[in-house]
Amino acid sequence: MRREGNVKDTRRFAKRRIDVRYILKNLGRYVRPYAWLIALIFLASLAGTAFSLIGPRVFGMAIDEIKLDGTTNFDKIWRYAAILTGVYIISGVLTYLSAIGMSYLSRCVVKRIRNDIFRKLMSLPVSYFDTRQAGDIISVLSYDLDTLGESLSNDVMMVLTSVVTIVGSLVMMLISAPLLVLVFVVTIPLSSLFTWWLAKKVQPLFRKRSTKLGELNGFIEEIITGQKTTKAYHCEEAVISRFENKNKEAVEAYTIAENYGTLTGPSVNFMNNFSLALISVFGAIMYMNGIIPNVGGIASFVLYSRKFSGPINEIANVLSEFQSALAAAERAFRVFEEQSESADAEGATELKDVKGNVEIEHLRFGYVPGKIVIHDFSLKAESGDVIAIVGHTGAGKTTVINLLMRFYDADRGTIKIDGKDITKVTRSSLRRAFTMVLQDTWLFSGTIYENVAYGSEGVAREDVERVCKAAKIHSFITRLPQGYDTVLTDNAVNISKGQKQLLTIARAMLSDSPMLILDEATSNVDTRTEQYIQQAMENLMQGRTCFVIAHRLSTIKHAKCIIVMNHGDVVEQGTHEQLMAAGGYYSKLYYSQFETADA
Amino acid sequence: MKKTLAYIRPYGGKTALALVTKFLGSVAELVLPYVLSHIIDDLIPLKDAAAIYAMGGIMLFFALVALGGNIWANRLSAQVSGAMTHDIRYDLFRKTCYLKCGQVDSVTMPSLISRLTSDTYYVNRMVARTMRMGVRAPILLLGGLLFCFLLDVKLALVLLAVVPFVGAAIFMITRKSVPMYMKVQKSGDNMVRTMQEDITGIRVIKTLSKTEYESQRFADVANNLASTEFKAQRTMSLTNPLTTLILNLGLVCVIIAGAFLSGEPGVITGFLTYFTIVLNAMLGISNIFVILSRGMASASRIESVLDLDETELVEELPAGDENCAVEFRDVSFSYNGKEDNLSAVSFRLGRGQSLGIIGATGSGKTTIINLLMRFYDVSGGAVYVDGRDVRSVPADELRVKFGVVFQSDFLMAASVRENIDYDRGLSDDEIWRAAECAQAKEFIDGLEGGLDYDLAQKAGNLSGGQKQRLLIARALAANPEIIVLDDSSSALDYATDAKLRAALAREYASSAKVIVAQRVSSVKNCDLILVMDDGKISGKGTHEELIESCAEYRAIAETQMGVAE
Repeated sequence: MRREGNVKDTRRFAKRRIDVRYILKNLGRYVRPYAWLIALIFLASLAGTAFSLIGPRVFGMAIDEIKLDGTTNFDKIWRYAAILTGVYIISGVLTYLSAIGMSYLSRCVVKRIRNDIFRKLMSLPVSYFDTRQAGDIISVLSYDLDTLGESLSNDVMMVLTSVVTIVGSLVMMLISAPLLVLVFVVTIPLSSLFTWWLAKKVQPLFRKRSTKLGELNGFIEEIITGQKTTKAYHCEEAVISRFENKNKEAVEAYTIAENYGTLTGPSVNFMNNFSLALISVFGAIMYMNGIIPNVGGIASFVLYSRKFSGPINEIANVLSEFQSALAAAERAFRVFEEQSESADAEGATELKDVKGNVEIEHLRFGYVPGKIVIHDFSLKAESGDVIAIVGHTGAGKTTVINLLMRFYDADRGTIKIDGKDITKVTRSSLRRAFTMVLQDTWLFSGTIYENVAYGSEGVAREDVERVCKAAKIHSFITRLPQGYDTVLTDNAVNISKGQKQLLTIARAMLSDSPMLILDEATSNVDTRTEQYIQQAMENLMQGRTCFVIAHRLSTIKHAKCIIVMNHGDVVEQGTHEQLMAAGGYYSKLYYSQFETADA
Repeated sequence: MKKTLAYIRPYGGKTALALVTKFLGSVAELVLPYVLSHIIDDLIPLKDAAAIYAMGGIMLFFALVALGGNIWANRLSAQVSGAMTHDIRYDLFRKTCYLKCGQVDSVTMPSLISRLTSDTYYVNRMVARTMRMGVRAPILLLGGLLFCFLLDVKLALVLLAVVPFVGAAIFMITRKSVPMYMKVQKSGDNMVRTMQEDITGIRVIKTLSKTEYESQRFADVANNLASTEFKAQRTMSLTNPLTTLILNLGLVCVIIAGAFLSGEPGVITGFLTYFTIVLNAMLGISNIFVILSRGMASASRIESVLDLDETELVEELPAGDENCAVEFRDVSFSYNGKEDNLSAVSFRLGRGQSLGIIGATGSGKTTIINLLMRFYDVSGGAVYVDGRDVRSVPADELRVKFGVVFQSDFLMAASVRENIDYDRGLSDDEIWRAAECAQAKEFIDGLEGGLDYDLAQKAGNLSGGQKQRLLIARALAANPEIIVLDDSSSALDYATDAKLRAALAREYASSAKVIVAQRVSSVKNCDLILVMDDGKISGKGTHEELIESCAEYRAIAETQMGVAE
């Protein structure tokens, strides 16, 4: 059963040359360990099909044994019946075994590929995720690999048995009545031509149908989520008429595509029926002329012809499935080509017993070559200092953090921690020296306990409760039915953005890293709660080197050093008092929060 | 289901025609093997070549009738199912647009979206497939059996005896595998969720050196998916070999019976062909049951929305103070009918005055807006706009007074102009005036095409601050009597926010303003400020008064602005 196709997915129709050799080479690596299984499957399916092909021939022979004049040889009939029973049971068992064998194989292969790609993803630099839609990455791992898997388990099998069936029934037909085979000289080219024409005609129609449906669904999603706005502006009718246009277009595209798409079934049946008519007539004539020695020959020929024409049409369909499976496989394997995070430098040491002295010298960096975000950035922070970074959105604040933690590497300049160049220490030890609380809180579907303890595994329940109390989230948690064992999922628990942020703050409190990054850490927490947790935040910051990014300037007034960034450059640097006295960009920013309507 | 079927009625003629042609087409197909056995048994012994050719012609004729009938019927059914889906979708969408907010809450938004998108799709599929296969498969099944009876009653009984076995096999496999596939679906969702989490949390994962752990966690989910999928397939793969086997064994029985009963070879040959037809028909019927059960579940989900009553009562109610733009009189309200989300809220706001609402998340700020615009009805007390109880004003008349920006409001994937105009037919002058006041003019000018610049889905090509400014422009553009801004300047930097507030006071002096905010600076200059705490008003007055009288407000002001001035 093919999983319900993703109607939004139109990429798989994208026309591009597929590098088949590349795909097979990659696929080969995964399939090779199962070589013995494949051989078995192959043999089983070959034998299964062959056995099922014997059937009609034996039927024909049995029919010939039935004499209307009462001279029927019942011994022979029984023997044929026994043979047929045996043949069909063996064929059925073999067919089933090869089908589940193939399905087992494809699951194993897909599972391995999937796990390897995921592992690869985890090793990729953050920039890979920053420059891509999460949905695209997910669709490679889920949808594309599913397509490949389905194709492996169904289509490969289908082609295999089809080929055997076609060849086998052709041979059998030639044995039964060689001249009668000529019927197919008429029908096969006819049906191949038709199938080819239809496929060409239908593909763009179906693509259009998917696109239109995707547009309609996108519109629906947009409007339903903004339903209140529609109500507020009382434009229901306008929205409905917009919807109606898209609805009409979608239905129209659907009807046209179906008009052609549903041609296949009747046409294939017609070709079968047409062949049947031809075989009946010519078979009868040939029998009368003595070319076919017995009536049973016609009977088995008819059965073989049904077996014969089916797979030919199947193969045509399967070929287009293959096309999309190959494209999917290529997208998946291309992930392996991505550059992993560069390995740690040779002789890289572990960063141990970090004090938190940070020294940044003449940093220069751009995400895209030629588009420099940070021109020349220097900074010196001693253990326990609070460094605040302020500036408008897009001024480059987060970039500094990215460089500090080596999510990206600087183009020029150095960053030293405790005097050690961060490119000369292992990445994992560097990152472990930091704790982060970010604006975009990250929680995973697990219990609250697991989420808070993430990164400090094996921590005692009491410690988790202690930090949650400090972060003023404990009483909320205890009010939940399952308390700390409540599983956080997308829809199960109603947990606000602010509460999520408090949980990540609690998580940070469990860590003993010497350096702390607070990137708009309390932006979603309401002011009253923020007041309550102020003490806890101060405790959290105590004794660590802190890098604080904040909108609310009041929170950073006491920072040892405030770095004011604008357009990727440090425009000012100093304490709150110094900067206010200087009367520059910072003081303007600061005063603007008190500016009033009549100012 | 009844309601859904009623949607077919307008296309009754076409549907009937489709069913009849399908019937004819299928019957025509059934005739073919019958003719074949006639040729073998009756004509060959006569050595009548002319008659054989004639029969061949008849076969061709029936094959063509089958072709034409099926194609035509398929087209008709595509038309009917398309048109019907269109109608259902339209009615459902219209209904959804007019649903009361409380109803949306109880059905939930994601569920409404999936009813409109996937459930309509499944209903469509159900109608289209049943019209195509639902007629054809039973006809082929019954017809196939019937023709077998015509050929030879006794042999047909043998075949008939086999059919229940095939049916039982298909039924049992389907019943076992459907829940298995539901498990597969769940397992797949699980995997997608894990990926989503890990992709969004990549920085945290790398910081905590948890990549190995996450890879393992993913491997667990992926392995689980693989094994549930394999289990489901293991069962499902039984269908074909098993049914084929049963039918083939049935055929063997036919041969044996034929031998004993002296069946004619042509008859047996005909039987062999009908067997294949019957087998395929049974597989088709089992398929239809799966589609039907899925489609019927979807239909009932759609109907349950269509059955909701969305009319908002408008009743004569006593008037309030005519001089007030907005008045709340001892209002209480509860979303779930149990604990109050708002209680004893009273305040008055004169025309042209501004109201600021501040307080913690969940303290009831947005609820006040919801009641003011009558998205919900109060449980106690009354809300007045322009001296009239909101429950006595028709919705369109009430809401046209407002210009509003909601918390996390949305922009359409359309041009900037369309987003500000919002189908109200505003002139460019009005749009620019609003944009200027909303501090959006500068960046709109910088966009390629200005007002004609097309926004991406979810306005992905604008920054957070730009989105908010567009939304504010939209709220202002029709020169509303009451401007409502619910936490809608949080992404603006202080300087822009201040300019916006100044422009609002200057340009929209006669409009009443309701501003919900987290920042004291945003509401500081309002004529009246409400400090909300757990659904109650804990402070009411001007900034200066509140600094004096309200400890809560003073505390907020101190954390935000350092020292209170």
